[in-house]
Amino acid sequence: MKAKHQRLVLIALALAALVGAGLLAAYALRNQASYFYLPEQMAANPPEPGQAVRLGGMVEPGSLETLPDGVTVTFAVTGREDSRIPVRFAGILPDLFVEGSGVVAEGRLGADGTFVADNLLAKHDENYVPRELEGMSEHQAAEMAEETTVGLE
Amino acid sequence: MIAELGHAALWLAAALALLQLVGGALALREGEADGIAGLARPAAILQGGLAGFAFFALLYVFAVTDLSVKLVAANSHSLKPLIFKLSGAWGNHEGSMLLWVTVMALAGGLIAAVERRLPEKTMQATLAAQGFVALGFYAFLLLSSNPFERLPEPAMEGLGLNPLLQDIGLALHPPTLYFGYVGLSVAFSFAVGAMLTRSVTPDFARAMRPWVLGAWVFLTLGITAGSYWAYYELGWGGWWFWDPVENASLMPWLAATALLHSVSVLASRDALRVWTIMLGVVAFSMSMLGTFLVRSGVLTSVHAFAVDPERGSFILALLAVYIGGALLLFALRASSISEGERFAVASREGALVFNNVMLSAILAVVLLGTLYPLLTEAFDVRVSVGPPYFNPVSAIFTIPMLLVMAVGPLLRWRGDSFARISKELALIAALVIAGLIFFALFEGGALLPLLGLALAVMLAVASFLPLRGRNLKRLPIAVWGMVVAHFGIAVALFGMASESAFSTERLAALEVGQSATVGPWEVELASVQPVAGPNWTAIEGRMLASYKGGEGQPIAPQSRNFWAPAQQTTESVLLTRWNGQLYAVMGNEANDGRWQLRLWWKPFVTFIWYGGMLVALGGVLAIIGRVQQDLKRRSIRRKGAVRRADMETV
Repeated sequence: MKAKHQRLVLIALALAALVGAGLLAAYALRNQASYFYLPEQMAANPPEPGQAVRLGGMVEPGSLETLPDGVTVTFAVTGREDSRIPVRFAGILPDLFVEGSGVVAEGRLGADGTFVADNLLAKHDENYVPRELEGMSEHQAAEMAEETTVGLE
Repeated sequence: MIAELGHAALWLAAALALLQLVGGALALREGEADGIAGLARPAAILQGGLAGFAFFALLYVFAVTDLSVKLVAANSHSLKPLIFKLSGAWGNHEGSMLLWVTVMALAGGLIAAVERRLPEKTMQATLAAQGFVALGFYAFLLLSSNPFERLPEPAMEGLGLNPLLQDIGLALHPPTLYFGYVGLSVAFSFAVGAMLTRSVTPDFARAMRPWVLGAWVFLTLGITAGSYWAYYELGWGGWWFWDPVENASLMPWLAATALLHSVSVLASRDALRVWTIMLGVVAFSMSMLGTFLVRSGVLTSVHAFAVDPERGSFILALLAVYIGGALLLFALRASSISEGERFAVASREGALVFNNVMLSAILAVVLLGTLYPLLTEAFDVRVSVGPPYFNPVSAIFTIPMLLVMAVGPLLRWRGDSFARISKELALIAALVIAGLIFFALFEGGALLPLLGLALAVMLAVASFLPLRGRNLKRLPIAVWGMVVAHFGIAVALFGMASESAFSTERLAALEVGQSATVGPWEVELASVQPVAGPNWTAIEGRMLASYKGGEGQPIAPQSRNFWAPAQQTTESVLLTRWNGQLYAVMGNEANDGRWQLRLWWKPFVTFIWYGGMLVALGGVLAIIGRVQQDLKRRSIRRKGAVRRADMETV
């Protein structure tokens, strides 16, 4: 093999591997990126049971309950339009998890319509807000807060 | 006063960076090494000194908590322990950018002071490139992120530092990582200098190699430290989350790993010239991309300090100029870099090329996965990409890479045959198969951890095969470096796979006096006490943990409340044995007076970080070996020159 040929073959192989990696990544991303749902979206158009997704909304005041085992909690996440998704989570609640504030739950929708969370992301400190809740603070959180406070009065 | 001096030093350093750029450009144009061009070296050294001074000035204002400095008032607090006051200097946007620039200037100063192997013209072009990159970041620092800005009225008290950052981890992790990140700027500048002067030679590779190795060692240590810090501080029990900011440190590491192997091929065999230059450009581009992701506010995480769109566009512009410029130069010059030496597929070079391509493919996978959520967000679709994507897709390229990593060091340079090493190949295959069967009997669950365990055992053995039949006393130190680093990868891989295959978790709500078991451990909640620290109060759970019915060891995880700024954190407790760690987190009080407790038993999890440290140790050995070889080579050359001169006078 001539020097020039070897160089070409090497470049071709490297390119093929990189393009392959890119295509594979693109394919996997389309299937495996977990999508973010608001409660009303999840109610209207539920994801496949077992598919990893994120659910974000407000923790409904008064809905937080601890089951007799002491470590499993259930609560409801609400959005606009009276949509309400029950959530079950076994674990230690994040430090700033409180009723009436925003939360993002990572997990799967069970067959019975309960969202089983593996992980909860709450507002971490004044600087760290889960990415998905950020945009919400502008148009939706205000509305949502209004609705939730209406219930409280 | 000190703050003003620091500020002035930064302006002076920026001016010197400009001088470096002009000097180097003149050297290229006029072909002269004297005059202004001759000033490039002293300018770079002085610039390093001034930036170092500015950084010390910042440390000083933080140490004395000078509340008339805006940055101190916004991020520090007079009641903080001194170590966190000092490390708080870089626990914010401006300070961390100053650290970035300081490391860059110090690296530039260091190469100017000690690097004498390259042609002076290449060296000046390299320093010009280093000055050019530094100039952009000085502009960023001075125009949009001045760390020394004063307040019109001194603040009464500082706002304090995020409690998650009030940890020894902050003192270690960012500086180490930055030495790695920014140390790669040297490789970038070398690559640009070599392209400008068209001198891509083995000598160039030998000059560049210790710098690449050095940056890579720091990067390895920084990532290892960061991973351990996240593991114990966040209290989630995980050691890697595929968080975009973690990926931002992994990507330069992948590129630097590829680079340090290809630079070895260039140094010993004069092949892979263009590829090495390309990787030099890519590695530092990944560092800058990481800086952009973390510092611009496009991502939100504990690493991102402030969201300011102006800063984001500034860094993006710098990124476009430097990466775009270097790639343009590459496109123009690549064809004129002549072809290197040839080699057969079955050769050391062949294996190294294969692994370089695999590393690049993993880099592409991580890069796409990291940027994808940012791209979809532009179309208002919010997705998050996590382990279900990263683990299997990167494994597709990691597995062949690990196999070739075991075989490659056994092959000879230039051309070899697989038949010659058929015994070793058979051993490697047998180890993988035996490992798969052995661990499948234990675990039988998920495929990836199983493969990881088997490959780790195989690689641990295979990394020592290159020593077979060699005189260990006369083996070059650099070869030991390779063996140790490859063994370190095997150790870390074993830890990762074991953690994911064998971890057990237990969530329990306990009354005082009750106990819970996790794996071989039994943990008894003895009492719950309030405790107070210098700037926090906490609820502490006092527990006794006994391993397989042995004597109870006291552990005391806490749930802490900081008051400046007000925030709650969980302080987990780790109990380390040689074969794993018990990880305990104290939760909230349940309604009925029971306390929530989260326990993990993680067999061999510590191997992850021991492995990381071994990899870094391998890098250090390689640097020592290479520098030693180089000094020897130079002294032989010098003696030869002296002898020739003697002959002539005779």
